[in-house]
Amino acid sequence: MRLEPIANPGLVRRLGFPAVALAVTVVIGSALAMLAGADPFATLGLIVKGAVGSRFAALETLNRATPLIFTGLSVAVAFRAKLWNIGAEAQLYAGALVTVLLGTGALAWPALPLLAVIALAAMLAGAVLLLGPVVMKTRAGVDEVVTTLLINFIMLLVISMLLEGPLKDPMGMGWPKSAPLQKAARLPRLFEGLRLHWGFGLALISALVVWVIQTRTTLGYEIRAVGQNAQAARFAGIPVNRVLLKTAFLSGGLAGLAGFSEVAGLKGNLTLDLSPGFGYTGIIVAMLALLHPLGVVLSALFVAGVFVGSDSMSRAAGVPTYIADILLATALLLMVLALLLTRFRVVRD
Amino acid sequence: MSQQRDEAQVVLRLEGITKRFGALTANDAISFDLRRGEVIALLGENGAGKTTLMNILFGHYTADAGRVEVFGRALPPGHPRAALAAGVGMVHQHFTLADNLTVLENILLGTRSLWRPGLGRAAARARVVQLSADFGLAVHPDARVGSLSVGERQRVEILKALYRDARILILDEPTAVLTPQEADALFETLRKAVGLGLSIIFISHKLHEVMAVSSRVLVLRHGRLVGQVATTETDRHQLAEMMVGAEVTMPRLAAAVPGPALLTLSQVCTPDQGAQPGLKHVDLALHAGQIVGLAGVSGNGQAALADLLAGLTRPASGGLHLAKAVPQDWSPRTALAAGIARIPEDRHKTGTIADFSLTENAILESYGEAPFSRRGWMNWAEAERFAKQIITTYDVRCPGPDTRIRLLSGGNMQKLILGRALEPGPRIILANQPVRGLDIGAVSYVHSRLVAARDSGASVLLISEDLDEIMGLADVIHVISEGRLSPGFGRGEMSPVQLGGWMAGQGFEVTNAA
Amino acid sequence: MEIFDILVSASFWAAMVRIASPLIFATMGELICERAGVLNLGIEGIMVIGAFAGWMTVYAGFGLWAGVAVAMLAGMAFGALHGVLSVPFGLSQHVVGLGVTLLATSVAYFAYRLALPEVTSPPKIVPFQPFEVPILSQIPLVGPAFFAQTPMTYLAFAVVAVVALVLYRTPLGLALMAAGENPASVAAQGLSVTAIRMGAVIVGSGLMAVGGAFLTISAFSSFFFEMVNGRGWICIALVVFGGWKPGKALLGALLFAGFDAAQVRMQQTPLGAEVPYQVFLMMPYILSILALIVMSRRASVPAALMVPFNKGER
Repeated sequence: MRLEPIANPGLVRRLGFPAVALAVTVVIGSALAMLAGADPFATLGLIVKGAVGSRFAALETLNRATPLIFTGLSVAVAFRAKLWNIGAEAQLYAGALVTVLLGTGALAWPALPLLAVIALAAMLAGAVLLLGPVVMKTRAGVDEVVTTLLINFIMLLVISMLLEGPLKDPMGMGWPKSAPLQKAARLPRLFEGLRLHWGFGLALISALVVWVIQTRTTLGYEIRAVGQNAQAARFAGIPVNRVLLKTAFLSGGLAGLAGFSEVAGLKGNLTLDLSPGFGYTGIIVAMLALLHPLGVVLSALFVAGVFVGSDSMSRAAGVPTYIADILLATALLLMVLALLLTRFRVVRD
Repeated sequence: MSQQRDEAQVVLRLEGITKRFGALTANDAISFDLRRGEVIALLGENGAGKTTLMNILFGHYTADAGRVEVFGRALPPGHPRAALAAGVGMVHQHFTLADNLTVLENILLGTRSLWRPGLGRAAARARVVQLSADFGLAVHPDARVGSLSVGERQRVEILKALYRDARILILDEPTAVLTPQEADALFETLRKAVGLGLSIIFISHKLHEVMAVSSRVLVLRHGRLVGQVATTETDRHQLAEMMVGAEVTMPRLAAAVPGPALLTLSQVCTPDQGAQPGLKHVDLALHAGQIVGLAGVSGNGQAALADLLAGLTRPASGGLHLAKAVPQDWSPRTALAAGIARIPEDRHKTGTIADFSLTENAILESYGEAPFSRRGWMNWAEAERFAKQIITTYDVRCPGPDTRIRLLSGGNMQKLILGRALEPGPRIILANQPVRGLDIGAVSYVHSRLVAARDSGASVLLISEDLDEIMGLADVIHVISEGRLSPGFGRGEMSPVQLGGWMAGQGFEVTNAA
Repeated sequence: MEIFDILVSASFWAAMVRIASPLIFATMGELICERAGVLNLGIEGIMVIGAFAGWMTVYAGFGLWAGVAVAMLAGMAFGALHGVLSVPFGLSQHVVGLGVTLLATSVAYFAYRLALPEVTSPPKIVPFQPFEVPILSQIPLVGPAFFAQTPMTYLAFAVVAVVALVLYRTPLGLALMAAGENPASVAAQGLSVTAIRMGAVIVGSGLMAVGGAFLTISAFSSFFFEMVNGRGWICIALVVFGGWKPGKALLGALLFAGFDAAQVRMQQTPLGAEVPYQVFLMMPYILSILALIVMSRRASVPAALMVPFNKGER
C-alpha cells in the first residue's frame, strides 16, 4: 500500500474519519464494559451523567479540566515547534513547589501582588526545568523525549525528598505533605458560591494568549516555521535554537502554571499525589485538539469529563476506572490515524 | 529470415505502457524493443516520463495499461523481485545504498532468502572481485559505503546489478554525478558489458552523451514516445528539436559590463562536512553586472561555498569582504541585510515550507521587518499583498495566496522563491542549481530573470552541475574540485574538455605552486 | 571503605546481573526496532503489559514458561499495533509510541482490576528459581553473578548473542540494518521495507514484554502498579549508550545495573543514613541522562531512524 496526498479533501472526508474514530472508541468502551459484566449503554450513560449530570459533577469536571488546559497548552505549544516535551509532569511539580516555597509565609504581601509574583515564579520554574533538555538537544543532539521523561522521575523523587524533609508540615501528623498556603496565596473563587477557582479563568486566558501568540506575532510564525521545516527556517534566517528556547520557556511556563493553579486554587498544599499524571494526559489533550490552543480547552473539558465520569461510573457499576485511560489512549491513536486519512488516500499497488 | 533472427534477439519488449497520476498522463501508450547487445538511449526533458517508465519496468509502479516482456516472458506487474529475477538491473539516479554497511554487504543485500543462516561472504567476495576486474569497476569490497566517493558508489550500484546476473542494465542519469573523465570510464564499462552480451537502457538528457554511447535513441516528450532513430542517422540538433518540440535557442547575451567587486573571498577555508569537502584556500570576487558560473561535479565543495555565501557557515580562516565592510556576525540575516538574495539548491527542503501558504512562504526571509511586522506583531494584510505582487509579477500559477505551497509544481514553486529573492532588489544573487528539475519554459524564464538582474547591475553567482548551462550564461567561469577553486576563465576561453580536466582536479597543483 | 565491601560481596554481583536481566531483554527489543528505523516509545507500556500477562498466566495455573510465551505474545500484539500505525501509515513515532505506552499500561491495569477486584495485598506466585550451574557457580564473585541465576537471566544473555548473530551474520540482519539506514536500498532489491520494519517492531516488542515479565515471574512474585517505573525509558537511553550495538548495549545494561545494585546497598551504609534515600533512587535516571549526553556525539544513529518510508514518494 501507498499513501497519496489529496489536494482538496472534501467535507465528508474531513469530518467522516474523525467521527468514525470516535465511534470506534465508543464501541471499544462498550465492549470493555461488557467484559466487566456491566451493561454497556448503562455504563456510557453513567459516565456522561458522572461528568455533566449535575451541578456538582460539572464543576468537578471543570476543576479537573483546569490543569489539563495548562498542560495541554504546554504540550501543544512545544509540539508545534516539534519540541517533544514529555516533561509537563515534572514542570507542573516545579511550579507547585515554587508556589509552596513562596506561599507559606516567605512573603507577607497582600493577595494580588503575592499571587502575581508566585504565578510568575511558578512559570519560571517550569520553564527552567525544560531549558536543560532543550539545551542538551540543541548543543549535543540528545533526544528530548527521553531526557524530559527521565526528569519526570527525578522531579518526583526530589518532591518526595523535600516533603519528607525540609518542607514537611510539622502539623501534618507525619504525612508527607507541605504546610498549607497562607490565605493571601490562595486563588479566590471565580464566582461567589461556586466551587470553581480562578485557576480555570487563568487557564482560559492562557489559551487565548497562546492563540494570539501563534497567529498574530512573529514568535508564533517562527515557532510554526521551525516545527514544519527547521532546515528551511534556518536557511531563511530564523534563529532556530533561540526559537526553541523561547518555545521551551512558553511550554514549561504553562506547565508550571498548572502546578500553581492546582496548589493555590484547589489543594492548598503540596503532596506527592498532586497530579495523577496531568502532564502525560496533557499530551492526549493537545493531540486531540490538533495542537490548536482554543481546541485544547474543548479537548481538556472532554478528557476531564471522561475521567470524572469514569470515576463516578466505576463506583456505581464496578467497571475499573482505568477504562477512562483505555478510552483516551484509543481515541488518541485512532484520531491521529483518522486525521492522516483526511489528508491522504490509501492506494494499493 | 532476418526478421526472425531479430525477434530472437529481443530481450525486452514494452507494449502500450500507460500510467496516469491523477490528471497527469506520465506515460502514454509507450512501446519499444531492446535487443541483445544494444544500448538504447532514452532521451527527454525532466518530467517527460523517463523515470516513471523505468519504475514501471522495474516493478516499483504498476502500469494502468500495457505489458512488459523480458526474454519473451511477460513480467508480472508491481514485483521488483520478478524484474530482478528475470535479469533486469537498475542503477537509480539516487543511489540505493546503505552507508553503514560495507560494499560487499550492500551487494549481498537481498541476494539470499532472508531466512537462510549465514551470508556466504567468502564465495561472494571472490565473485565481486572477479566482476570488478571483468568490467573495470575498481572498488574495495570491504570498504564502508559511507566512506566512498560518488563515483565509487555508482560502481557499487553497477556491481550490485551484475552480481545478480543482470542481462539488462538500466542506468538513470548516471553521469549527473560524474566528471567528464569518470563518465568516460563509465562508458568504457558499458562497452565491456555490451561486448559480453548485456543490453543497456541509458537515460539522459545530455545530448553529447547520448550520441557517444547509444546505438539507438528514443525520445520521450510529455509522456509520449515521439521519435525513434538510429544514433548514426541523427545529430544533436535534431535530437534537441525532438526533445523540446521546437528548436532550442540559448539566450544570446550582450557582453557584461562588470562593475566594482561587491563580495570577495580571500584564502577562505571551511571545514569538511562529512562526505562534503569544505573550501580550501578559495579566492573569489563577485563583480556588479556579471554572472559568475561555478562548474564542477556534484559534491566537490559547491555546498560549502553556497552555505558560506548564504550565511549558514563562517570562514574557518581567510576573509569574507563585502563592498562596504567585513561583516561582524555572519548569519543568514546579515547576508540578507547585505543584499544577498539566495536561491537554494533544494526548493522543497530548504527553499520553502511545504505546509505553509504562499503568503507565509513569501515572507519567510523578511517576516521580521516592516511592513510585515512591527514590534513582534505580524501584519498579515501586508504579507498577503506582497505574496499577490509576486504571484502577478513572476507569473506564479496557483489558486491564490492561501494555497499551501506543496500543491504547486516545481516551476511555480521556484518562481515564488525567485520573486521572494529578487523583489527587494538584491545586489548579489546566489543561484544554486536554480533550474534543476524544471521544464524548458520555466528554465528559460528563470534564466531570463537572472540575466535581467545582471543587466541592471546585480552580481550573480550561478552554481550548476550542467556545464552547458554554465557555458551559456556565465561571463566568468570558475571550476570547483575537492573544495579548491580554479582561476576565473572568460567566456569562450575554455573548451568543455578543458573545463572537464579542471573538474577532475587537473591544473590545481600548478596554480597553487604559482 | 563501605564501597569496597559492597564491590567484593557476592550478593552485589548477583544483584547486578539480576537487575540487568529485564533491561537486557527490553534493550535488545528496542535496539531491533531502532536498527530497522522505528523509535519504539511503546516500550514502557509494553513492559507493563508483559509483566502483567506473564504473571497472570502463571497465577491462572499455567507454567512459568507459558507465562513467558504469553507475555511475549501480548507484547507482539501491541508491537503490531505500533507497527501498523507507524510503518505503513507513517504516523509520528513519538505520538504512536506514547499512545501505545498509555494504552498498554491502562489495559494491563484494567485487566488486573477486572481479574482481581478488591485485593489489598497483591497475590503471589512461585517465580523462577535460581539454577546453579555445577562447578562454575562456585567461582568467587563470577559464579554467583553469572552461574547461579534464574533460567530467564540465562535466556537474556542468549538473546543478546542471537540478536548480534542475526544482525551481523545473516541476510535478515543486513536487510534490517539497511532498512534503518536507507530504506530505498531495501526496496530496490524488491524486499518490503514495510514487512521488515513491521517484523522488527513486533519481535522487538515481544522482547520488551519478556523483559517486563522478568519482573513479575523471575525477580519478584507479584504484579503491582508502577512496577516498571521508567525502566523502558532507561532502556532507550541504553540503546543510545550502546551505540546501537548489541554487545555494547549489554555492557551498558550491566554497568547501569551495577550502579543500581550499588545504590541500594549504599543506603544501608552510614553514608546512606545521612543522605535521603531518594538521592540514591535518583541515580539511575541521572546516570541515564549523563550517558545520553556523553554518547550522543559519538554514536552513529541509524540514518533513517524516525523517517517513515513511503514508496513512490519524491
